[in-house]
Amino acid sequence: MSRLRTGIGLLLTGIMLFPVYWMVNVSLTRDQDMRKTPPNWFPLDATLDGYRAVLRQQLPYLGTSLLVGLGTVALTVLLAAPAGYSLAKLRPRGGGVVSFAFLIAQMIPGIIMAMGFYAIYLNLGVLNSWPGLILADSTLAVPFAVLVFTAFMAGIPDELLQAARTDGAGPWRTFTAIVMPVSRNAVVTVSLFAFLWAWSDFVFASTLDGGGTQRPITLGIYRYIGNNNQEWNAIMATAVVASIPATILLVAAQRFVATGVTAGAVKD
Amino acid sequence: MHRKRSGQWAAWTFIAPVAAYLLAFYAYPLYRNVDLSLRHYTVRSFVQGGAPFSGLDNYRTVVDDPTFWPALLHTLVFTAVSLAAQFAIGLALAVFFNRHFRLSATLRALFLVPWLLPLIVSASTWSWMLNSDSGIVNAVLGVAGIAPVNWLTSPDWALVSVIAANIWIGIPFNLVVLHSGLQAIPGHLYEAAALDGASSRQQFWRITFPLLRPVSLITLLLGLVYTLKVFDIIWIMTRGGPNGASTTLATWSYRLGFGNLLPQFGPGAAVGNLLIVIALACGLLYIRVQRRLA
Repeated sequence: MSRLRTGIGLLLTGIMLFPVYWMVNVSLTRDQDMRKTPPNWFPLDATLDGYRAVLRQQLPYLGTSLLVGLGTVALTVLLAAPAGYSLAKLRPRGGGVVSFAFLIAQMIPGIIMAMGFYAIYLNLGVLNSWPGLILADSTLAVPFAVLVFTAFMAGIPDELLQAARTDGAGPWRTFTAIVMPVSRNAVVTVSLFAFLWAWSDFVFASTLDGGGTQRPITLGIYRYIGNNNQEWNAIMATAVVASIPATILLVAAQRFVATGVTAGAVKD
Repeated sequence: MHRKRSGQWAAWTFIAPVAAYLLAFYAYPLYRNVDLSLRHYTVRSFVQGGAPFSGLDNYRTVVDDPTFWPALLHTLVFTAVSLAAQFAIGLALAVFFNRHFRLSATLRALFLVPWLLPLIVSASTWSWMLNSDSGIVNAVLGVAGIAPVNWLTSPDWALVSVIAANIWIGIPFNLVVLHSGLQAIPGHLYEAAALDGASSRQQFWRITFPLLRPVSLITLLLGLVYTLKVFDIIWIMTRGGPNGASTTLATWSYRLGFGNLLPQFGPGAAVGNLLIVIALACGLLYIRVQRRLA
């Protein structure tokens, strides 16, 4: 029975992941085989031309995405961790309003935020720059981060904080020396998702960073689709490369991913 | 009293940066968006300011536009069908993975892949799979003797195609959340039911389904809020076309604001604000339900 289930499970996973396999397969297909009917099911005559094109044309985009991703992580943790601590442990008057505002903020469609940002950035002259994109991308992650930090830090035993206070530590010292080290798991979860969302962002990138030289990888792919719709191996190779962070995440930090997905949806 | 006051000081010092951030990067863009929708903007006045106030004109323009009702209908169909399918498939998979078998944890983790991939990656992969001439989908249908379908370029199929891709992307979220909900149902209930001779179908409808109701409700409502916002997938796969056949409020708003050479920021913002109203209504419902369950 268990073996049967494993078999069905493998089959279902295979079906589910077929598009991913297909992406890799197409990325390795030679130009002359691209329009073949039926297509090659397996990359028997594999070529790395697509990946060579990525190295030739997409490296700057990847660099920008990396920079924007890391910047978004830093900004998100910097803003959200103290707020989480305060909301969880310091009981600020009006804290409920802030939490509520974040819950609402999460529901605003990105495209609407983008339009507002566009109007503001145009006036400030920060369109097409990576710091602008970091700021905008952080709005994808900050509400989630505040939620995760608040939930996690609420679980820190009060005795621990009380002990620090007895030893003469002020709120800031308690935060940096006790709360943050204890909250490592929350920091990891938040950082992973902040990076992934910034890396994957298309809406802000296409509205706020569509021109200029500092474009992220999602726009690299998008331009590819628009410009040369013949070289699908190069497009799919870029897609494979753009999927690397998600893959690393899944392999290296699986339990944090599950925590993140269910955060907010299910209360323990 | 003094102690309490200094406590409030500290509490607000920690929260002040994020509160300022909230005002600057949510409230202000939102305000700008409302302002955009209430004025008659041209490209010139967009840059230099001084656009005349035009009241609800932009909203009237939008509602009278022949695109409006189809876009609203597509948004509703897209959301309803995506949600129903994601939930049903996600629940079936969650029940399947709830029993332990060899590799179950690994396979369940692999199911997360579609959710973690950048949307542009998923969308462009689906675009190529659904390509009329060289796509794998038509090739497989061809083997079964079915004539090629213009998945992305025929008005009859474009919406179906983007819904299919969106379902694929949303299944993992439903699977993970519902699975964690299933884990919380005590195993002895099933043992007792099995002793009483309940079939696995009865166990599902009498135990799993009712006990999973709170988690299901939250999953559906969160899914609703997410799905209303979907823009990337549709835009990348069809740009809302052909001829508006897969246009939703989100893609329409984008096209008005950014998709043409001559941007219509006012009407674009108006469509966006209508979408916000719908999303917030669903969002408030979600919060209400969650509060009641907590």
